Amino acid sequence: MRITEHPILTFKRGREVEFTFNGKKMKGYEGEPIAAALHDNGVRVLSYSKHLHRPRGFYCAIGNCSSCLMTVNGEPNVRVCTEKLREGMVVETQKGRGDIK
Amino acid sequence: MKDTEIAVIGGGPAGLMAALAAAEMGARVTIIDRNSRLGGQLVKQTHKFFGSEKEYASVRGIDIGRLLSDEVLKNPRIETMLDSTVIGYYPDDGVLGVEFEGKTFVKIKPKKVVVATGASEKFLPFENNDLPGIYGAGAVQTLMNEHGVVPGENVLMVGAGNIGLIVSYQLMQAKVNVKAIIDAAPCIGGYWVHASKVARLGVPIMTSYTIKAAYPNEATGTLERAVIWQLDDRWQPIPGTEKVLKVDVICISVGLSPLTEILWQAGCEMKYVPQLGGHVAVRNENMETTVPGIYVAGDVAGVEEASSAMIEGRLAGLNAAKSLGYDDGTYSEKRLEAIKRLQNLRSGPVGEKIRQGLAQLVSSGGDYNA
Ligand SMILES: Cc1cc2nc3c(=O)[nH]c(=O)nc-3n(C[C@H](O)[C@H](O)[C@H](O)COP(=O)(O)OP(=O)(O)OC[C@H]3O[C@@H](n4cnc5c(N)ncnc54)[C@H](O)[C@@H]3O)c2cc1C
Ligand code: FES
Repeated sequence: MRITEHPILTFKRGREVEFTFNGKKMKGYEGEPIAAALHDNGVRVLSYSKHLHRPRGFYCAIGNCSSCLMTVNGEPNVRVCTEKLREGMVVETQKGRGDIK
Repeated sequence: MKDTEIAVIGGGPAGLMAALAAAEMGARVTIIDRNSRLGGQLVKQTHKFFGSEKEYASVRGIDIGRLLSDEVLKNPRIETMLDSTVIGYYPDDGVLGVEFEGKTFVKIKPKKVVVATGASEKFLPFENNDLPGIYGAGAVQTLMNEHGVVPGENVLMVGAGNIGLIVSYQLMQAKVNVKAIIDAAPCIGGYWVHASKVARLGVPIMTSYTIKAAYPNEATGTLERAVIWQLDDRWQPIPGTEKVLKVDVICISVGLSPLTEILWQAGCEMKYVPQLGGHVAVRNENMETTVPGIYVAGDVAGVEEASSAMIEGRLAGLNAAKSLGYDDGTYSEKRLEAIKRLQNLRSGPVGEKIRQGLAQLVSSGGDYNA
């Protein structure tokens, strides 16, 4: 969910863009982290762990911990907490280590 | 290969002040930060800061960040590289490896380096601590205050230090319900001003409580419940005191540890000092580490506050510039003033822990630049 009213902050958002998550169309703002757009769309599970296949969300949100690795435009292991959203991005849940195609 | 006189790694309060001080003495500086804007932790701090007046006490963190970055951006001697992560330091040639926008690799050869990388959040072991919905308190603050997205509906805050208290208040400001703030210690770690602000909003602060486990919603796999329990006076959990909280977010706020990778790579002598948050570099009064030409400042030098980070940054910047021969005659005076301000800041009972930590760390004398 987006914050619309805030006692101190106003949010300057980029242009609204469309992207897909596992084939499903979603909307977000250009330039915000992919993880923020996904979270706003109710997506919290970003990947599944390598050995026990447990669901993973983000943890640090600043590119430190690698908890948020996803496949973006076919490229695996993208930290979506810092990677910026662009028009038409193809975002997919990553299972395990990911393959470089 | 790109050349610069002084590379400042990290554009938080420490790095910004280091750059400004070095430029003031006449040196050319490059600030490198992995974020898209300068300010470090300050860009998400909506509350008015504590500290001393010279370090902008009672000004909101975001405004201090803006003030300092505006000054940096208009300074012709300072170049700023954003979206740039320093991923390695090669001690043999003194070269920094920088990843630009996650795609391009740039090499920088500076004459001096100021490491001002800040700190990262600690984690806590408990059952199912890896569920989506369990986030660092700072992460939630980034999501909420920088990107304008709320983390969920109901939050359990683990840790009643300043960060836990402040982020709880900010969650309530964004209309998110904080069900409870718990802390394993028998008393609240943060300042009373922050504790009373959340208490007034009706958020219970439960001391001598810790988290036992978290459980997912079977269908979504994301966090649905947290179980907390009470600790006795020997910090042992008391069976039978379990309470279940329906929350979709748990924020972990149990302290920070310095982001020291670059210092290890450079071969700086490191020491474990719990009072300063973990491993930190041994350094002298001028903020220079045991590797000549590598300076530290701010949370990476010991987790403390923005006010001390700024003065440490200033001190590191002044000394790095001086060691390159830049001195307009004011160096000694400015250096002494900064050292005195740091001493003042750390003089009260609140500074006790930091004083103990530094006593184990700072080598005496350390005037090899003067
Ligand atoms: C919720 C909260 C409330 C606070 N309230 C107060 C307060 O009221 N008063 C007060 O004095 N202090 C307060 N603080 C503490 C204060 O924010 C920190 O002590 C201060 O920001 C430390 O400054 P710094 O420059 O050392 O690090 P930071 O502000 O963390 O900046 C470090 C910078 O380095 C960058 N970086 C890290 N690694 C790399 C790399 N490898 N390559 C490139 N860039 C890198 C980061 O992106 C970041 O921008 C608060 C902190 C928090 C989290
Ligand atoms: S959440 Fe830690 S790297 Fe993205």
